[in-house]
Amino acid sequence: MSKEMLEIKNLKTSFRIKDNYYAAVDDVTLTLNKNEILGIVGESGSGKSALAFSVMGLHNRAKIEGNILFKEHDIANISPSKLNKLRGEAMAMIFQDPLTALNPLMIVGEQISETLILHKKEMSQKQRKEKVIDLLNKVGIPMPEHVYGQYPHELSGGMRQRIIIAIAIANKPELLIADEPTTALDVTIQAQILDLIKTLKDDIDAGIILITHDLGVVAEMADRVAVMYAGQIVEIADVHTLFDNPLHPYTRSLLNSVPNTQEGQEELHVIQGIVPSLSKLPREGCRFAARIPWIDDSAHEENPVMHEVAPGHFVRCTCHNHFHFPDESKEDSTHGIS
Amino acid sequence: MGFLDVEDLKVYFPIKGGLFNRTLGNVKAVDGVSFSIEEGKTYGLVGESGSGKTTTGRAIIGLNDITAGKVSFEGKDLTSKKSKTSAVRKDIQMIFQDPYSSLNPRKRVLDIVAEPLRNYEKLSKQAEKQRVGELLEMVGLSPESILKYPHEFSGGQRQRIGVARTIALKPKLIIADEPVSALDVSVQAQVLNFMQDIQKELNLTYLFISHDLGVVKHMCDDIGIMYKGRYVEQGTKQDIFENPQHIYTKRLVAAIPDIDPKNREAQKQFREEVQREYEHSYNDYFDNDGLAYGLQSVSDTHLVALPEKG
Repeated sequence: MSKEMLEIKNLKTSFRIKDNYYAAVDDVTLTLNKNEILGIVGESGSGKSALAFSVMGLHNRAKIEGNILFKEHDIANISPSKLNKLRGEAMAMIFQDPLTALNPLMIVGEQISETLILHKKEMSQKQRKEKVIDLLNKVGIPMPEHVYGQYPHELSGGMRQRIIIAIAIANKPELLIADEPTTALDVTIQAQILDLIKTLKDDIDAGIILITHDLGVVAEMADRVAVMYAGQIVEIADVHTLFDNPLHPYTRSLLNSVPNTQEGQEELHVIQGIVPSLSKLPREGCRFAARIPWIDDSAHEENPVMHEVAPGHFVRCTCHNHFHFPDESKEDSTHGIS
Repeated sequence: MGFLDVEDLKVYFPIKGGLFNRTLGNVKAVDGVSFSIEEGKTYGLVGESGSGKTTTGRAIIGLNDITAGKVSFEGKDLTSKKSKTSAVRKDIQMIFQDPYSSLNPRKRVLDIVAEPLRNYEKLSKQAEKQRVGELLEMVGLSPESILKYPHEFSGGQRQRIGVARTIALKPKLIIADEPVSALDVSVQAQVLNFMQDIQKELNLTYLFISHDLGVVKHMCDDIGIMYKGRYVEQGTKQDIFENPQHIYTKRLVAAIPDIDPKNREAQKQFREEVQREYEHSYNDYFDNDGLAYGLQSVSDTHLVALPEKG
């Protein structure tokens, strides 16, 4: 039933700062199935966008190690011409800011046509225009014939994001990466765009990687969730498990710091310290250790690896077995899996 | 008379063009807004982009000119020209949205935080340094950081430097314009907790402007919802979240993503229901120009924009 379509193995993406390489994505192993939404959550600087850009092959200056297996290709070691064939056809991306992602000097109809010109050479001009109108219809744009000839600045933020989505799905990609697709939008528009992405997923039967910092969006959209911290995945599970029984201290802290809309709590949980910058990342030991100093050092592994605590539920490091929030007693924390 | 009273506030921006750059029309950014805030409370002003919430905040503090209406603070009229330079201004301060662009990158923390002090109080160099040190300590930064530059701090720390500058003159009212929307959730939690702490400590009143209903629900006592420059609903936190009356408020509340994946289906159904109601009864809630009607009271604390009953 579930079919793997993308396999990322031990991916390491490093950037050069002066003479040294620093890994923004470090030892990430992931799979994505067909017709599945995989949510990737993390704060700014956790490497989630670097991961997405690596998969799309958009980092031309970075050093990429490991494998990204997609359709009999390894994107980590692929020739640019082959990559160009894949991009826009078999895989596509929805960017965060719809204003900067669109060309301000080109009517939107032509911008959508571009990807068809590149990948569907056999189409006649008339067919292309029909297809573009059809796409505009699909993403819920009213009066598509009129919008075809408009420039991006004439459209609202939500409409622009719909154009971006139309470009992304033009060739029915198998893999769709949405990098913070609704962060720049108002909340009512966000609900509409998320709805659209969900409908399209079933329509084109694609695997979607949804990158966001908003835990609410993940809770509503994703089938599985990976939590990233400092370039590594620290926990991965299906969405219900992750929200019902989060294990890694980072996941638990993150969930506790969201102002809950259901019940009023007085104080929000604060994660001590800051996300370390790329050059200051600890290369050994548990990367989250510095932010939970009240947990004894012996609780952490020397070389934290992913442990499968339940089928499909992976957690990095052993510190989650001993974790408790500073203001609660130790007894409450030993809540393992029952 | 309340602590801060805003009466029928209007802020119009002229549209210039044509021959001789005449005024062709007006953008009614704020179009007849009235509310009042009690001392020591947090009042939330909510709306989507373009609803006029920021303009309202900026008009109160005097950064935008007021076209019509009245703003009075502790009984003093802020709309008169004289008050622009008067001491009242000292009592109202602002926290800005983006901690990356609201601090001058070429100034040291000392100069940033001391700027309001230099405007209003004559202090010796030594006394000034000490005051800034105290303020920094209050916001949880070490006094040694006065010689550092903004880029040496993280987003949350920068926002706290902004807060230190804001509270330097011991204001009574703080207008916080989206103070946490540029921050990550864990840092957001830090800033929100801290804002609540100093509120108790200094007996501050907040006008909290935000588009994030989750944050507003956490922080605010009373809430006003704006749409296209007008109020659509006003009430206590309970009124707005448990008993929303206006269709626009309902839509906003329904659009908040639920943090529990178990409620996914229920949330989806609720949203569809509200959407149907929105389409069905749009004309009952908005006039021919798509604007909200005047406010009618439905209870002592709860006001809703509904057409007058004929």
